[in-house]
Amino acid sequence: MTVPRIPTSNQTIGPYWHLLEDKSWADLTRFGAAGETIVLTGILYDGDGPMAEGCIEIWQSDPPADDRFPGFGRSGTDKEGRYRFTTLKPGAEPGRGNAQQAPHIDVMIHARGLLHPVVTRAYFAGEALNETDPLLASIDDPHRRATLIARPEGAGVWRLDLRLQGDGETVFLDV
Amino acid sequence: MSDPLPFAPFAPATQPDLDSPAYVGTRKRHPLRAPVKMPQTVTETTGPRFSTAHFPPVADLSRVGGKEALGERIIVAGTVTDGDGRPVPHTMIEIWQANACGRYHHPGDQHDAPLDPNFHGNGRVFTDAEGRYRFMTIKPGAYPWPNHRNAWRPNHIHYSLFGPAFATRLITQMYFPGDPLLALDPIYNSVPDKAARERLISSFEIGLTEPDYALGYRFDIVLRGRAATPMEN
Ligand SMILES: [Fe+2]
Repeated sequence: MTVPRIPTSNQTIGPYWHLLEDKSWADLTRFGAAGETIVLTGILYDGDGPMAEGCIEIWQSDPPADDRFPGFGRSGTDKEGRYRFTTLKPGAEPGRGNAQQAPHIDVMIHARGLLHPVVTRAYFAGEALNETDPLLASIDDPHRRATLIARPEGAGVWRLDLRLQGDGETVFLDV
Repeated sequence: MSDPLPFAPFAPATQPDLDSPAYVGTRKRHPLRAPVKMPQTVTETTGPRFSTAHFPPVADLSRVGGKEALGERIIVAGTVTDGDGRPVPHTMIEIWQANACGRYHHPGDQHDAPLDPNFHGNGRVFTDAEGRYRFMTIKPGAYPWPNHRNAWRPNHIHYSLFGPAFATRLITQMYFPGDPLLALDPIYNSVPDKAARERLISSFEIGLTEPDYALGYRFDIVLRGRAATPMEN
């Protein structure tokens, strides 16, 4: 019998993370993954405007991770606040019970000034399953829902801006 | 397909408040709306696996190219367990820190303190089968920051952990016992629960020292456990 213990507290990632200088982590196809390659990009904003020095991480459980596809990516934001990932387009995923989830990618934001990571999702505009996805369906306000849906911006390029605070604030998830 | 077993919610007051006015950087960065509650799905209950083939360990930060960094050598070791006390084996830990003078080897750090060409302050280790980790480094220096007049960060080492799932991701900082700056630090004090805060402080442990070489500190880390087990009151 083990004693349940309290998880360690988070603390801010701060401004000085060397790994953000390593651009290779933003390319989830760098180990030779094959499939429908997409770019997921956008601008990170705080209450003052575009935000440099942010750290965006993504995780997708589809396609399944393997030696050639890590499923995980990390991108710093540049002077204009822009992040950019190259990855494989996810497919539908099982939800809880008999539900189906629309294709999506989990998105996590770390930054100086964020005392713990915040999580949101990127869905893809035009997917039929978006209409019945349990999370999207649980958000009544269409403007709020839209903050989770990436829009096409040229062939294979999807755009999702992330707003930490204020007008058009991204829907963050308590998971 | 059965539903994945979710990870437990955090105990109240044991995580920092995103809106922590004493930490000025939070003012324009904390969301104003409450997060939307969502049951964890397979996306949250699974997570990345990092192989040492793609991500080779760097367990000695105390030298670069065989040349010794300046400062007080220390060994940091501990365990990574989940909320049920089970070891988290073979999980990646990323670490980064300032040098002995309190300066990061990073272009953004303009603090007027010496850089050390033999210290980059950037490591990566993996827990073993029993959830244990260990690395060698230099004790980081305190450094000033522009939060308020005469603000100084206590000595700290930054940690990034993944654990078994995206829901167990943890970004934290390890502090040192007896640091007088802790009482004044808005980041450390952003965790409302005193006991939780104090668990961010490593302990000096004579058994971890290497005689005639380096002092040893222990820092044990707990990641979220599965929700089905009883929660501590
Ligand atoms: Fe720091």
